[in-house]
Amino acid sequence: MKLMLQQFPVVFQALNVGFLQTLKLFLITGLGAIPLGLVIAFGSMSRFKPLSALTRLVIWVVRGTPLMIQLLIIYYFPGIVLHNNWWGGGESGRFLASAIAFIFNYACYFSEIYRGGIQSIPKGQQEAGLVLGMTRGQIFYKVTLLQVVKRIVPPMSNEIITLVKDTALARIIALQEIIWAGQSFMKGSHGIAGAIWPLFFTAVYYLLFNGVVTVALGRLEKRLDYFR
Amino acid sequence: MAILDVKDIRKSFGQTEVLKGIGFSLERGQVLSLIGSSGSGKTTLLRCLNFLETPDTGSIAVNGEILFDAADPAALKEAEIRRRRLHFGLVFQSFNLFPQYTALENVTLAGKLLAKQQPGFAARKKEILDRIDGEARSLLDRMGLADRAGSYPHQLSGGQQQRVAIARALALRPDILCFDEPTSALDPELTQEVLRVIRTLAEERVTMIIVTHEMAFARDVSSRVLFMDGGLVVEDGPPERVFGAPTQERTRRFLDSYTGRP
Repeated sequence: MKLMLQQFPVVFQALNVGFLQTLKLFLITGLGAIPLGLVIAFGSMSRFKPLSALTRLVIWVVRGTPLMIQLLIIYYFPGIVLHNNWWGGGESGRFLASAIAFIFNYACYFSEIYRGGIQSIPKGQQEAGLVLGMTRGQIFYKVTLLQVVKRIVPPMSNEIITLVKDTALARIIALQEIIWAGQSFMKGSHGIAGAIWPLFFTAVYYLLFNGVVTVALGRLEKRLDYFR
Repeated sequence: MAILDVKDIRKSFGQTEVLKGIGFSLERGQVLSLIGSSGSGKTTLLRCLNFLETPDTGSIAVNGEILFDAADPAALKEAEIRRRRLHFGLVFQSFNLFPQYTALENVTLAGKLLAKQQPGFAARKKEILDRIDGEARSLLDRMGLADRAGSYPHQLSGGQQQRVAIARALALRPDILCFDEPTSALDPELTQEVLRVIRTLAEERVTMIIVTHEMAFARDVSSRVLFMDGGLVVEDGPPERVFGAPTQERTRRFLDSYTGRP
């Protein structure tokens, strides 16, 4: 215990650095996947059959295989198979590959939530807009969208909380996020070796951060409570 | 000249022919009730008039302007369809108010969006929006909802929601206001408050087409009644004649099924 207290300042600092990378991956995935998911959702709902079939095939593959495998393939495939590691070396390359894998994977999950949300809006809303001379774009942005947002906040919250923890998977390609930082104290880092408690302690970061996320999403849900 | 001239409208869904050649015309200020059993094609006809369905054959003209002609599809552009459908207003059975907007916003939304597309909007923005708000308030007032302008749909009763929907349809000043079973989702008490509003509109000579199962109301408020059966107009005439002395056996049978009702 005394040893732990001595180690704490060093470990705390290193975990903070790792957590910053976790946070970056989380934010960039959210920023990328939330709009990309909408594009994929429109693709899967397209009346042009080949497009919707292809989109659904991609969604099936992405949701049907582990994100960890996707990370490995996206990161190593260019270098090992194509002999052209276009990610570049180092942490920035690992981050870029991770971000792309996460954005695409999460966009596919989000797209299915969007699709469910859009299809759950009664057709009468669209028809009411049409007979009032509104364009399809106006109907989507002024009538449908907010109702969809209201309906998808609870399932999206679920996915976003999962995303916070899924960022740990980037450890598999040695992205220096918080799990990597915690684990480094087992092998030896910053003059500390054989310490497993830093790895356990990373859980506190996830827990606290998900607390913040939960409160924020709860507020959003409440703000949309004024209509039904 | 007739305000509305409908000729030979046919419409099939897959193998089922729902409308088998409907034609009628309507004079300005007339109130036309469409009666008939479920599945007779009344709602489909109304939806064709509002461009929610595209007829397979036939034509629709308002004030002499051909709005739709199946023989000349000329690949109607969406913008053109939008302009043309504004000749009609439609009040739905299930109201279809926009839940995230107040009663007032429901009435003004489409008008404001249309105004924004007009040239010179930016220069007179405030004036135009104020005018739209003012007109919407007076419409809500006419519907007896002056004090509910700020309420959201879920805070209103079904009857109030339907009256907001009527105001919303009237706000765009359609030539012909259509009602698709406007009281079928309402209990008897709320039905009466909506029917009262429609009756007032009839007295103000608003041209209306009403699909309804309220026979007493249809008889009372209409200047003309069409009885439809199996996708055809079976009987067409003033309410006294259609209800009092129907010429067709099918009409008689249909009306008899109502007198048995409590």
